[in-house]
Amino acid sequence: MQRCRLPMGGVVDRSQSVPFEFDGVSYEGYAGDTLASALLANGVHLVARSFKYHRPRGIVCAGVDEPNALVQLGRGARSEPNVRATTQELYAGLRAASQNRWPSLSFDVGAINDAMSRFIPAGFYYKTFMWPPSPKWWLRYEHVIRRVAGMGVTASLPDPDSYEHQYAHCDVLVIGAGPAGLAAARSAAHAGARVIVCDENPMLGGGLYGAAATIGDTTASAWLQATTRELAAHDNVTLLPRTTAFGCYDGNLIGLIERVAGHPPEAAATGSSDSARQDGPVSNWMPRERLWKVRARSVVLATGAHERGIAYANNDLPGTMLAGALRTYIDRYAVRPGTRAVVFANNDQAYAAAFSLQRAGIEVAAIVDPRGGAALDGALPLAARDNVIPILARSVITGAHGRLHVTAVDVAPLAGGVGRRIECDLVALSGGWNPAVHLFSQARGKLRYDEALATFVPDHCPAAMTVAGAANGSADLSTALHEGHAAGIAAAAQVGFAATASLQTPEAAPVASGAPLALWSTAPVVEGAKRFVDWQNDVTVDDVALAAREGYSSVEHLKRYTTLGMGTDQGKISNVVGLALLAGELERPIASVGTTTFRPPYTPVTLGAFPGHDAGPHVEPSRFSSIHDWHVAHGARFVNAGLWKRPHSYPRKGESADDAALREARNVRTNVGIVDVSTLGKIELQGGDVAEFLNRVYINRWDTLQVGRCRYGVMLRDDGIVLDDGTTSRLASSHYLLTTTTVNAVRILQYLESLLQTEWPELDVCVTSVTEQWSAAALAGPRARDVLAKIVDLDVSNAAFPFLAVARCQVRTATGPVEARVFRMSYSGELAYEIHVPAHKGRAMWNAAIAAGADCGIMAYGTEAMSTLRIEKGHIVVGAEADGRTTAHDLGLGELVSRAKPCIGQRLAGRPALNSTDRWQLVGLTTLGDPMPRAAKIVADPDRAAPNPMLGHVTSWCRSPNLDAWIALALLENGRARHGQTLWAVSPLASVRVQVRVVPPCFIDPEGERLRG
Amino acid sequence: MLLIPCPWCGPRSQIEFTYGGDATVRRPALDAPEDEWARYVYVRDNPMGPHDEWWTHSSGCRQWFVVRRDTRTHEILGANRP
Amino acid sequence: MKYSIFSLARNARSYHERWPLAWRSPAPKPRYDAIIVGGGGHGLATAYYLAKEHGIANVAVLEKGWLGGGNTGRNTTIVRSNYHLDPNAHFYELSLKLWEKLSQDLNFNVMYSARGVLNLVHSPADLDAAMRRGNAMRLNGIDAKFVTRDEIARSIPNLDCSADARFPIMGGLLQPRGGTVRHDAVAWGYARAADARGVDIIQQCAVTGIRIDNGAIAGVETTQGFIATNKLGLAVAGHSSHLAAMAGLKLPIESHVLQAMVSEPVKPVLDTVVTSGAVHFYISQSDKGELVMGGDLDFYNSYAQRGNLPIIEHVVSACLALFPSFGRLKLMRTWGGIMDMTMDGSPIIARLPVKGLYMTGGWCYGGFKATPASGFCLAHTIARDEPHPLNAAFTLERFASGRTIDEKGAGPYAWAH
Repeated sequence: MQRCRLPMGGVVDRSQSVPFEFDGVSYEGYAGDTLASALLANGVHLVARSFKYHRPRGIVCAGVDEPNALVQLGRGARSEPNVRATTQELYAGLRAASQNRWPSLSFDVGAINDAMSRFIPAGFYYKTFMWPPSPKWWLRYEHVIRRVAGMGVTASLPDPDSYEHQYAHCDVLVIGAGPAGLAAARSAAHAGARVIVCDENPMLGGGLYGAAATIGDTTASAWLQATTRELAAHDNVTLLPRTTAFGCYDGNLIGLIERVAGHPPEAAATGSSDSARQDGPVSNWMPRERLWKVRARSVVLATGAHERGIAYANNDLPGTMLAGALRTYIDRYAVRPGTRAVVFANNDQAYAAAFSLQRAGIEVAAIVDPRGGAALDGALPLAARDNVIPILARSVITGAHGRLHVTAVDVAPLAGGVGRRIECDLVALSGGWNPAVHLFSQARGKLRYDEALATFVPDHCPAAMTVAGAANGSADLSTALHEGHAAGIAAAAQVGFAATASLQTPEAAPVASGAPLALWSTAPVVEGAKRFVDWQNDVTVDDVALAAREGYSSVEHLKRYTTLGMGTDQGKISNVVGLALLAGELERPIASVGTTTFRPPYTPVTLGAFPGHDAGPHVEPSRFSSIHDWHVAHGARFVNAGLWKRPHSYPRKGESADDAALREARNVRTNVGIVDVSTLGKIELQGGDVAEFLNRVYINRWDTLQVGRCRYGVMLRDDGIVLDDGTTSRLASSHYLLTTTTVNAVRILQYLESLLQTEWPELDVCVTSVTEQWSAAALAGPRARDVLAKIVDLDVSNAAFPFLAVARCQVRTATGPVEARVFRMSYSGELAYEIHVPAHKGRAMWNAAIAAGADCGIMAYGTEAMSTLRIEKGHIVVGAEADGRTTAHDLGLGELVSRAKPCIGQRLAGRPALNSTDRWQLVGLTTLGDPMPRAAKIVADPDRAAPNPMLGHVTSWCRSPNLDAWIALALLENGRARHGQTLWAVSPLASVRVQVRVVPPCFIDPEGERLRG
Repeated sequence: MLLIPCPWCGPRSQIEFTYGGDATVRRPALDAPEDEWARYVYVRDNPMGPHDEWWTHSSGCRQWFVVRRDTRTHEILGANRP
Repeated sequence: MKYSIFSLARNARSYHERWPLAWRSPAPKPRYDAIIVGGGGHGLATAYYLAKEHGIANVAVLEKGWLGGGNTGRNTTIVRSNYHLDPNAHFYELSLKLWEKLSQDLNFNVMYSARGVLNLVHSPADLDAAMRRGNAMRLNGIDAKFVTRDEIARSIPNLDCSADARFPIMGGLLQPRGGTVRHDAVAWGYARAADARGVDIIQQCAVTGIRIDNGAIAGVETTQGFIATNKLGLAVAGHSSHLAAMAGLKLPIESHVLQAMVSEPVKPVLDTVVTSGAVHFYISQSDKGELVMGGDLDFYNSYAQRGNLPIIEHVVSACLALFPSFGRLKLMRTWGGIMDMTMDGSPIIARLPVKGLYMTGGWCYGGFKATPASGFCLAHTIARDEPHPLNAAFTLERFASGRTIDEKGAGPYAWAH
């Protein structure tokens, strides 16, 4: 039934038949197939339409370098676009569809682009779409272009699978488990190093598959099995198949992506074909992929090489494959992809494909080779002649024929002249090999163009990295084994490991090879016939010539102008051909043109792998106070305050959050309220020089602060702008507690530490954060003292515990007494106390206060009511009034600045520009009854045309339940001189304008009697 | 990813640290003249090459120290206690 | 040759063999009336406007690599003028107005796509800040509107607008005229247009020294020899300090690496530019179908034009937190540029304290969108030896004097902007 499958051979498991679907047609493959090999085994070559011209396309490669065979895989939430059929492992029930064609692969209306291709060369869109000259027209053109561009389709549901991160350290990381990599891993492990070996394929071995060679006295296949077993048995070796090294970062940190349980991606076990039902993760909690971050002390790069093509007319017809890929399909997957083949190669290695073709019963009509003479005296061309394979020397293919599949090629002498047509249904193409130097270049390795090999090879690498095998330009198996063996020893030695007993180098017979002949394209017989350089982005030889002609003569300009190498394959088989053609156009050596920059990832990496488990609700940590559950149980609505979740308000049934906040704020000034302030930053300072330290960082004085007292302080940045504010208390002679705003807590601690460690290490001060160690609640309101008295063992009368006093005491809770610190300070302007207890006792303290306040009308209040209260009192908030541009003077805190001692920021705060009368200063605003607009700007004349000069803006606003009015704090140009003026607060976004009166920024109890009562 | 050599804890991944900028500029005395303060606050060498810079081991020992790192290659050339 | 659908069709008949060079590659003359260092968008735009607005065409642009190869070729293509503070608002609005006509001005399609820039809002504090900025924009005559969460959910269905998101969306500030521009086209378009007016663009020409005679600019030493001039404009972004040092100057600039990345191309899935301050992230979809994303700096000084994994993880995490259905798409390419960060987050387009020396730099995250206005204003500053009203505030002296222009209020820390 698999009409193109060979009866024997390959690594597929013929005992496991695997059903799958492509474009709605059912097929069968075998376990061990890729989607591509299974399609070819079923005689399916046409798998795609190209991006721009919508030309029929087939499978070209057998691995990650594939430019054409991209499919949409799966359905529903697991639908995934742009999956390479050449690397997708086949599984039962796999459903794939071709992309970017309509209505079907065999008849695609997009093919009209091919007919119109003369009008749409590279870069055509820069030269047109400029008329009519309105931006609206480009949007219309763009709308059409965008629908035609893009490849596959994004899922419309969240990805249900999970991804993991894994850190690892090793002495030697071997990237690539072909012959060079395996040899390196073996010798490095033997030397005692901890080795990690990774390879992007499901099975190790690389080019050893189907290699007819012998290594030592066994077959390559037997050596592979034995070596793999040997490595697996090693304690200090970790083997990671299906793992791609995608990025090389500083400090030899290599990013790997391992495909863990992604094959099959759908819960095949459920047998469900209902795309809406995605039953949990696949197979037992396994992640779909695992992102490894490996810190390798030394790296061996044995990443092999990518074959490249040759650009001749219609070299994109299905049935045209790279020679090595064809070999792979025949030898590894036991596929017979055609009946009559032509090999077109400029190098000896590709001849091996001819032997594979013969073994598979495919007639090799000819090997077309531009070389002649001594270049064809290598072992492989000799063997070809022995096998009676016709070699057409000094010849090239000038064009191919066919519509949906290749049917014939034209062969002509390299030097020109009459050619002939050869019928075939398969072309094995090889323009040479490009060492896979991506990771090498990412590690800042320098490349060199080797004229003899006609390719770029690694030259000098600064990081602890060694390159071996085909990645080094050494295609020969014998050399690869030697280099790998030596690289493993060198890498281990570099980090201090050397074997005591020597290990024998694996040996293969060297194969004599003729030199390759650089050949990038051949002249077409028909002018304008397309010779493809980049299959995926439909970039042709003529596009390269056009770019050069117009002056896009840097290789980076070429790439961006023609989009060569910008597809999902990132030009693995096309970049070098393109730059070589450019060099030819510019008549410059290839070495001087150079390559474009190699960037991670080497192959595309699933986005979901990057957050790993830190996805969804865990994209950032959420921080909760220890009293959180009480808030939840009492209906709190939460807001984000930095990473913390804080109660905004506690709406009761039928009440909006805003109404709840009004109720809560009113209650604070009439009875008593309690608010959870655990999130505030708390920093302990201890030592003999704390007061001196505080003097230097705060604008006000601290050497006059008594034990058992606290004080409000303001810190400036070095440039004189307000940085943060808070209250600092003196708990004991050398023991202080400093508070910061919630969002600045981390930053302030770091700042203080840096001052003590790097500026003033002579000061006797230690600091530490205790933000998480203490829970805190504020009791505020005329009845706050009544509540407090019931729960603490402290004399809280006004005489014994006046405003700004601080004391240690015990709080009586349901579970016993709890040590506490009580601070009489007030954010709300009411009689208020902050109670701090060890964090794990926060809930107990809160419960005790709530219970004690039951007959005082206690209500919990949230950040919204807290904001209302502090606005009523004119207390500034860092982030609102102190917006990172305001000085202490602007905020009316100028009097707090002590003249008796200098502090950080004071000098630059004295600059004239920071003291001019046109600065925006803190004021209060009231309306005549209209609501205050949110985030309003203040103008003199709301009807003035734009630009309407802004005199200031509202920084905080609220409906004051205690004044039954709308009020705001604002920054206003020369504000303190404008008390009594009437201006306009406008919000064009809300189409609102309101008259406002400028008043002093304190609306309730400006004398502070309630505070001190 | 950068491997920062904390002088107390040894080489650790950059995610454990917070950057503190140019270490060759030092705060003047608190009462130093305005232009000295302005230079400290605003002016930087910003070299293309070895750069002495502050790092703090914020997820570790919380100590500040100076790293010499080449800004062209990210190669770390050394680290010192302040 | 004028670019148009007609010339495209005509040239198609001759297999495109008759397209002329988009720009020449001349050898440098011994002297120019003005030299611009830096062949990116800003430098090329400056040269263009010197020729177009001021009739000064005897100008050379010196570029050490290939033109447009710096940040112009690396950015996330967003253009907008949604700034809060007046100097920025007016400056970037000039830029946006120039963007709107640039394709026609240059006869090169720069693909200005007014698809809207949406700043998401995730908390009451965010909301206040965004509305304050939007109100300032409107009072300055710049388009802005507030969109509700429901409107966002309808127009961007892939965005997670649910209440239990980690940073729930409360709404957003939209600038409808904001959007994207094809970055490569900007460099090439300005280059071609400047060249057509007689400007010499000299690539592979690095400036190695600045010659000053009696306190005034005399010329530059370059890898192609000494070139004389009395007016020298620096437009070198992350290399500003390096060039300024050649004139004995130090700047309030730190060069940091900013990374950006693209997904593989997919069919249209996002038609607006979306940004979020809560998760420090911005995203749009290119016309080829790639999702183009960026976020914060790596947060250490760098000239390497590459960064490390942690910020890539942050950016992609942010992307998936907002767009959970993008999780199975694949990241195709990441890269980095050199960001010239100033101590207040706003640029320096000014005369420098050496006669005849000028610069545009310190662009922080704002460089690409500023390209036309930066070129326009620097050209004015060079031609008239005094700033245009729209760059009058962006002086070098503003830092020491305290007249900083700090949009975020983040303070004198280069990486904080």
